[in-house]
Amino acid sequence: MKKFFSFFNKQKKFEEDILNGEMEYSSYYKDSLKRFRRNKAAMFCLSIIVLLGLVALLASIVAPYDPSYQDYTSVLAQPSAKHWFGADEYGRDILSRIIYGTRVSLSIGIFAQLLASIIGITLGAVAGYFGGIVDSVISRIMEIFSAFPDLIFAMAIMTFMGKGVLNLYIALGLLTWVRTARMIRGAVIQLKEKEYVEASRASGGTSFRIIVKHLIPNCLSTIIVLVTLGIPNAIMYEASLSFLGLGIQPPTPSWGNMISAAQSVIGFLPVYSIMPGIAIMITVIAFNIFGDGLRDALDPKLRT
Amino acid sequence: MVSYISKRIVQTAVVLLGISLVTFLLLQVVPGDPVALMLDRRADPATIAAVRHQLGLDLPLPQQYLNFVNGVIHLDLGNSYFTKAPVFASLFRAFQVTLKLASLSFLFAIVLGISCGMIAALYRGKWLDSSLMTLSIIGVSAPSFWIAIILQIIFGLKLNLLPISGFDTPIAYILPSIALGTRYAGSIARITRTSMLDVIKQDYIRTARAKGAKRRAVIIHHALKNAMIPIITLVGTELGNMLTGSMLIEKVFSIPGIGKLAVDSMSNRDLPLLEGTVMYIALVFVVVNLLVDISYAFIDPRIRYGKGAAS
Repeated sequence: MKKFFSFFNKQKKFEEDILNGEMEYSSYYKDSLKRFRRNKAAMFCLSIIVLLGLVALLASIVAPYDPSYQDYTSVLAQPSAKHWFGADEYGRDILSRIIYGTRVSLSIGIFAQLLASIIGITLGAVAGYFGGIVDSVISRIMEIFSAFPDLIFAMAIMTFMGKGVLNLYIALGLLTWVRTARMIRGAVIQLKEKEYVEASRASGGTSFRIIVKHLIPNCLSTIIVLVTLGIPNAIMYEASLSFLGLGIQPPTPSWGNMISAAQSVIGFLPVYSIMPGIAIMITVIAFNIFGDGLRDALDPKLRT
Repeated sequence: MVSYISKRIVQTAVVLLGISLVTFLLLQVVPGDPVALMLDRRADPATIAAVRHQLGLDLPLPQQYLNFVNGVIHLDLGNSYFTKAPVFASLFRAFQVTLKLASLSFLFAIVLGISCGMIAALYRGKWLDSSLMTLSIIGVSAPSFWIAIILQIIFGLKLNLLPISGFDTPIAYILPSIALGTRYAGSIARITRTSMLDVIKQDYIRTARAKGAKRRAVIIHHALKNAMIPIITLVGTELGNMLTGSMLIEKVFSIPGIGKLAVDSMSNRDLPLLEGTVMYIALVFVVVNLLVDISYAFIDPRIRYGKGAAS
C-alpha cells in the first residue's frame, strides 16, 4: 500500500513539475530534430545544401568570371590556373558557368516542387476527404497523368507551350504532382477517421475548415519530406530537358545544356562534360540523403 | 483471381480511352497548322483545303476523334505527314531497336541490382554494405546521359575498345545498355536491400532458421520470395521506362529507337506519328502496370482476396 502511494506521489510530483514548467514534454518536432541531429550523413548533406544555396545566391561574388564573358584567346582552353575547369567553345569560363548553373537548378527544383505541392496537396486532400465519385475521378486523372513516361510528358508540354523558364516550372510541376497527391490522399483517408475531425465536424466545422485547419497541418511532415525528395527529381528532369535542348536555353548556363554543348568536344576537353555532371550528382545526392534523413526523423513509417 | 484480373483489365481499358482522348485533345492545341507546315508556305488556300479534307482535318472534332480511335483499334495509325510512311511500320521498326536495348539493360540492371542488394543486406553494416550502397546512390543520382558520355570518353576515346555510336554490331550494344541500366541497377539494389532487411526481421524467417534450415536456403526460399513485391513494383515501372525508349541514351549514341521517334515527331509537328508514338508509349506503360498488378496476385494471395477491389 505504501508502495502504491509512493508511486502516486511520484506521478503527482511529475505532473506538478510539468505544470510549473520545470520539466517539459519533449514535443514531436523536438524529438525529430534530435533524431535528425544524430544522422551524421544527413547533417553533412544539409551543410552541402546550405553551401549550394550560398553559392547560388552569391554567384556573382563567388564566380571568378562573368558567365557570359567571351574571351576569344582562350576558346576551349584546357584547365589551368586561369580557368580551373577550362573554357568553353566561346572562351567562357566553365567554372563560372557551373556556379551560375547552381542558381538555375536550385530555383527550378524549388519552384517546380512548390507548384507540384500546391496541385498535389489540393487534389490529394480533396480526393481523400470526400471519397466516392470525387475520389474516383481524381484517381483516374492521376492514373492518366502517370501513364505517360515522365520525360516524354515534360517534352510534350515544353513543345506545346514553348521554351522558357516559366514553362519549365509548369511542365515540371505538372510532372510531379501525382506523387504528392497520392501520398496526401492516403494520409487524409487515414486521418479523417480521427476523433478530432469528428469533433470539428460536430462543432459545425465546414469541410474546407477541416481540410485546411486539421488535415493538411497533420500531413505536414509528409509534405516536407515529399518536397525535399522532389527537388532533386526536378533538378534531374531540368538537366535532362536542357540536355535535349527543350529546357533552359543557351546562353543562360544550366548544367544540362552545358553537357549537351560539351558533347561535340568530349575527346578534346573531357572536363567540360565531366564537371557539370558532377555538380548535378552532388546536388542530387545531397538532397536525397537529406530528404531520407528528414523522413527517418519525422516519420519513420514513410520509409518504403 | 479471374474476377480480379478482369476488373483490372476493364480499369485499364478506361484509362487507355482517357489517354487517347487526352492525346487527341492535346494535339489539337499544338500551335502551328501541320498542313501549312507540310506544304510550301506559298501554297494557295484551295490546295490547303484539299489536303485538310484528304486528311480528314475538316471534320468536326468528335468525328475526328472517333476516326482516330477506330484507326488505333485497327492498328492503322495513318501515314506520317513528312515521310509518308505508315506510322505503324515506323513504330514497329523503332520498337525492335528499343526492345533490344531495353532487354539488355533490363537484364544488366536486374542481375547487378538484385545481387548487390542481397549482398548488402547480408553484410549489413559491414564495409561491403556501405561501399555497395555508396555506389548505388551514385548510380541513382548521376544523370544517365552523363554516364553515357563518361563511358564514351573512357571506353571509346581513351581506351578505344568499344564503338561510341550506332547500333549495328552486337558490340555497339554494350555501352548504351550499361548507361541505361546503371541508374535502374542502383535503385533496384537499394530497394532489394531494404526489402530483404524488412523480411529477415520477420518471425517466419527465425522459425525457418530455428527448425534447422540452412542460411542460404532460408534466404533463397523464404526471404527473397517475400521480398519480391516491392522489387517487382519498381522493376515494372522501370521496364516501362526502358521500353518507351530512353531519349537521352538514344540521343547520345544516335540510336534510332522509340525515343528518337518521339523527339523527331515532336519537333516536326508530325501529328499522326506523334499520336502513334504517344499511344504506343502509354499502352506499354499501362499494360506493364497491369502485368505487375496481376503478378502481385500470383506472388501474394493476400492481394487477391483482400484489397483487390481498391484502386
